[in-house]
Formats: sequence, C-alpha cells, structure tokens
Amino acid sequence: MNPGRRRALRVLAGTGAATAAAASPVAASRASGVVPPEAVGMLYDTTRCIGCKACVSACLRANDLEPDRSPDGLYQAPLGLNSRTKNVIKLYKDEQQTSYVKMQCMHCVDPACASACMLGSLHKDETTGIVSYDPSYCVGCRYCQMACPFEVTKFEFDKAVPKIVKCELCRHRVQDATFTQTDSGFSRYPRGHGPACCEVCPREAVIYGKRSELLAEAKRRLDANPDAYVPKVYGETEAGGTQVLYLSHVDFEKLGLPDYGDQGIPHVAYAVQEGIYKGFIAPVALYTALGLVMLRNRKKEDGPDAADSGKGVAP
Amino acid sequence: MSHDTVHSPVGGSLWTRPVRILLVFVALGAIMTVWRFAAGLGAVSNLNDGYPWGVWIAFDVVTGTALGCGGYAVALLVYILNKGEYHPLVRPAILTSLLGYGLAVLAVTIDLGRPWSLWKVPVFFWRWTGSPQLEVALCVAAYVAVLLVELSPAFFEKWSQSPDTGLGRFAEKGLRFVTRWQVWIIALGLLLPTMHQSSLGTMMLLTGPKLDPLWFTPWLPFLFLVNCVIIGYGVVVLEGHLASSAFGRPRETEMLGRLARVVMWVAWFFFAFRLIDVGLRGQLGRVFADLRGFAFLVEMLLLAGGALIFTSETRRRDPGQQFLGGMVLITAGVVYRFNVYLVGFAPGDEWSYFPAVPELLITFGIVALEVVLYVAAVTVFPILAGPREEPARA
Repeated sequence: MNPGRRRALRVLAGTGAATAAAASPVAASRASGVVPPEAVGMLYDTTRCIGCKACVSACLRANDLEPDRSPDGLYQAPLGLNSRTKNVIKLYKDEQQTSYVKMQCMHCVDPACASACMLGSLHKDETTGIVSYDPSYCVGCRYCQMACPFEVTKFEFDKAVPKIVKCELCRHRVQDATFTQTDSGFSRYPRGHGPACCEVCPREAVIYGKRSELLAEAKRRLDANPDAYVPKVYGETEAGGTQVLYLSHVDFEKLGLPDYGDQGIPHVAYAVQEGIYKGFIAPVALYTALGLVMLRNRKKEDGPDAADSGKGVAP
Repeated sequence: MSHDTVHSPVGGSLWTRPVRILLVFVALGAIMTVWRFAAGLGAVSNLNDGYPWGVWIAFDVVTGTALGCGGYAVALLVYILNKGEYHPLVRPAILTSLLGYGLAVLAVTIDLGRPWSLWKVPVFFWRWTGSPQLEVALCVAAYVAVLLVELSPAFFEKWSQSPDTGLGRFAEKGLRFVTRWQVWIIALGLLLPTMHQSSLGTMMLLTGPKLDPLWFTPWLPFLFLVNCVIIGYGVVVLEGHLASSAFGRPRETEMLGRLARVVMWVAWFFFAFRLIDVGLRGQLGRVFADLRGFAFLVEMLLLAGGALIFTSETRRRDPGQQFLGGMVLITAGVVYRFNVYLVGFAPGDEWSYFPAVPELLITFGIVALEVVLYVAAVTVFPILAGPREEPARA
C-alpha cells in the first residue's frame, strides 16, 4: 500500500465519526406519507355552517389565547389566522354564491412544516396523525411558515420570547379520550375530550372523529345529496391528503383551498435530498475523490522535473 | 514556486477615516439588534406570517454565504484543477469566505426567534430530522471551523516569529499540523460548500406551490451550486482589484483575465440551463406576465451582460472591464438568490413585504462589520500576496 493511500484511509477513519453523524439527518425518515392507523380529524361542511363563530370563541378558551381585538379594540374580530387565532371563520361572497369557510391546521398526512423543522418541534404523531408543536426544541427559524401551503403556522412577531402558534386539534383535550361506538358505526367522544370547535358547533357543521369514518360520512353525504355539493371531498388526496376534510357547495379554490395535486408538498424536496444523500455514499465518495486528486497533484508537483512548475498545495 | 508565495501584512494604521465611518454603521446596527432582542422581531422588521423571511435571510445569509464562495471557487481551481498560478488568490479568498460565513451565522442568530435554543441543534442529534435546513446549519457550522483551520497558517506565521513564547511554540505546532493534514482539510473545505450550497437550493423546494414556477425546479440544488461558483469567481476578481488598488499590491490582471474566461463559460452554461429548464416546464410565457417575470428578466439580462463582457479577449485583459464584469456577475448571482428566496416567493396577495429601516440598518451594520474585519485582518496578518511595501495611506 502506498503512503498516499494509507494516509487517505487513516483520515477517512478519523472523519468516520463526523461522517456518520452528518449522515443521520438523512437516515431519520420523515412521516411516510401514509395515513396513520388511528388518524383523527375533522369534517367541515359549508352547507351546514351558519357563521356564528362559536367555534372561534371556544377555540380561544380551550387554548388559553388572548382575544384578537386588533381591528377596532372592541370585538374579538381576527381577519384571519394569526398568532392569537388558531381557528377562524371566513366568508366568501360573489353575485351568485355565499359560503362560510373554517380555517385551522389541516393536519396534513405529509406535513411540510414538520419536514422543515430541524429538531422535530413540529411533529406528526405516529398514531393519531396530529401535527403538534413543542417549543422546547424550536429555534424560531420560521421555516415551517415558509413551507406550509395553507399558511397555518403563525409566529409571535410581537414578543421577545416568541413561539409558533397553530391548531393542534386540541390534543391536550383529545389525549386518552375514550370513545364509544354508536349505532351508526360512528365513534363518539365524551364531552371535553374532543376539539373545542367541534363540541360547540350548534349545527354539527364541523365534527370530530376518526379520519376513515369522517371520509365515509363525507362520501355518504355526497351520495345522498349530489346536487348540494361540489363532487369532491377536499383533503382526501389533496396535497398528499389531509386529516381535516371539507365538503363545499362553492369551488374549493374560492374558499382558499387550492388544487395542490395529490403529492405531498415535501415530495420534490425529499426526492432530491434523498437522491443526493442516500446512505451518505455520494458525499464520502466525493470527499475521497477530492483528497486523492490533490494527493496526485502534489505527487506530480514533487516529481523531479516538475519542481518549478509553480503549482503547489500549500495553504 | 508557489510554495514560496509570499504573504505579508499591509501594515499601517487601523484607525482610518473609512474605518471610522464603517464603525458608525456597525454601531447603528448593534443598537437596532439590542432593540430587536428586547422587543421582538416585529418591532424592528416588517417580517410577517406571510413573509417570515426577509432581507436578513435572503441577503445576509443566502447571499452572504454565496459571497463567501470565493474560497470554494479558488480552492477548486488551485487544488483540484491544479492551476497553481492562482495560488496568490487563495488566502484573501479564504478570509472573505470566513467573514461571509461568520457574519451569515451572526445574521441567523439575529433572525432566529429563539436563538437561545440554537445550541440544541448540533447536540440533540437523536432528534435530527431530514430537514434540508438542518443539513445547511450543520454544514455551515462545520465549514466555518474548516475555514478557520485553512486560514490558520496566516495567524501561525505571524505568531511563530516570536519562537520563545508559548504562543510561538503553539503556532509552530499548529503550522506543522495544518501542513501535514492540508490535503484532507482542503478536501473538507470543498466538500462542505458543495453540500450546503446545493442544500440552500433544496430548502426552497419545500415551499412547493408558494415558489413561482420561474424558479421552482427540481434542479434548484444544482443551480445554487453553479450560481455559487459564478459569484465566487466574481468575488475573487473584485478582491484582486480592490487589494491592489487599496493596498498597493501588484495587479494580477493577467491571471484574473484567464480566470474571467472560466467564469464566462460557467455563466453562459447557467444562462442556457435556466432558459432550457424554464422553457421545458412551459413557463417562458410567464416572463412578461407580472413583476416576478420582470425580476426573472433582470436576473437573466444581468447574467448575459456579465458573460458578454468576459466573452471578448480584449475586454478580459482590461483591468477596468474585469472589474465591471465581476461586479455585474456578482449582481446577477445575488439577484438570482434574492429572487428565489424573496421575489419569487408568493404566499398570496394578502401579504406584502418591504424591509423596515431598522431591519436594513442591521443588514448594513453586518456588511460594515465584515469590511472592517477584512481591513483589520489584512492589515495585521500576512494574508495578501506580495512583499511588504510602505504602508498605504488610506
């Protein structure tokens, strides 16, 4: 074995630890893009919503949020989701159609925010699929905001010690909830154990439950009343699927629910990232190649007839 | 022989008028930074939930790390393509890179909402996710360390002149260590930028539908890498000129002219690649559609302009044209990054962003600090090539 090669191997062994460490971020896999087995979610139906905003107030109380009175200082009247508002009702209106629409975290099957988060402060639960936030590992980089296609993650720009604010499907209430099976095959949860918005809704315009059951219910409503709806359950496949599902009598696009295709938002980024870093082989190979090329260059240089070539590797 | 490339400090006074003016900007930036930490990001910036990243990220970080690519570009040329004649450019380029990256890290710290948790990122490795930003963060941190080691001979050479002190002995040991392992240190200094510069492109892939199709392409990582090489060479050309005119070092016109030829080809390649990529995705029609199309046009015309300047052999040999071409190419490269991170980012019509005055003051302060540190470093340490002359009157 020649000295150059021996040195190369020695250095490779030395940097092995660093290399292995650097490999880990890629080794750690993201949410697979498959609906979790016990996925919970919500079903919102625009034809039932009367825009009473009881859900908006209930959300504040359940999550200890300060009312947003910014428009005139008197009413709790947020214009949209913000760092004090995890749930909001908006109104769509044109010459022919009127519709309310409820906005909160969609709890994506393949959440871009969690894919962006460096230490998993935003994390999709493996069982329930709830996308939760834990500030203790959050550096406040706001990459999650850049990534979220629904503009849901909000940041406390007005605070010196800020946090990310988003709907966590009332996971502090949902936790360990026991549910009962009803005659209709629907899981029911005792009061105080579901998301506050679903509990207070006087028209059951938004309901809480298992995603699979909600999806079946949505399709049942579509079948029973095909003229009343746009023939699609938004969230079944959109952006790789979401755990909050929508039925609407107005085009989803108009309600701020664009057609994002059926792939998860992080799809392209991860295809590229994994293509480059698979098994960390490419970086190690590149590193070795770079080193060997330089060793060869130096050897050429140190050769008897190349002494004055003016080429060197001195730093 | 370049083994004998002589580096020497510029010498002279540090307390010059330009430095004093720059320090005023540094002070203003520092005051705004104190305010930012006392009152929150919203108090000093126009950052909002729609545009969570503004000039601090798009300019200070993304562009700062690109300007820091001078070291990468020159090292690639000298050590891999084995063009030893460019060796005099290495040390100043590495210094620029170190400053560019070091201050990008500073800018990140100011931009982060919860910077006190930053130490957890390298430590809690079992929590690491596949986030492209994590790759960038770890790589940049490692690269700053590598750059310090790459530049360390400049410090060691100075300190070892007093061989009897502890510092002198340490410097000699350090010099021996760096000389022994230099190949693998430099290789790391090439690998890490390759990784995180491309990942800076990957990062914006995660914004998916919010990035305008003029810029959203799976080739983003590759484009960022090539873009970094273009800016890197531009920086080196500029630096060569500034160093010779400001500090009276011999002009490297001949060498920079040959370098310009390389950049020219890389720039034309980037230009053609962008055009074909946007065309194949059927987005060329968007060019005249709106303001974002206009930004694309500006970016492409600047690039073509810079490449055109360097396409003529006579212009490549003219010092004035070299400087101009370098400037135009850097601008083109920076505009591309700005477009990807800010102009092309479209969260929705209800959001708008333009940097606030205190926000800009922080950015100016960081740039001013970078220049001051550069001047201080070349004044005190042997970084620029060439024998010591009479101290320049700046």
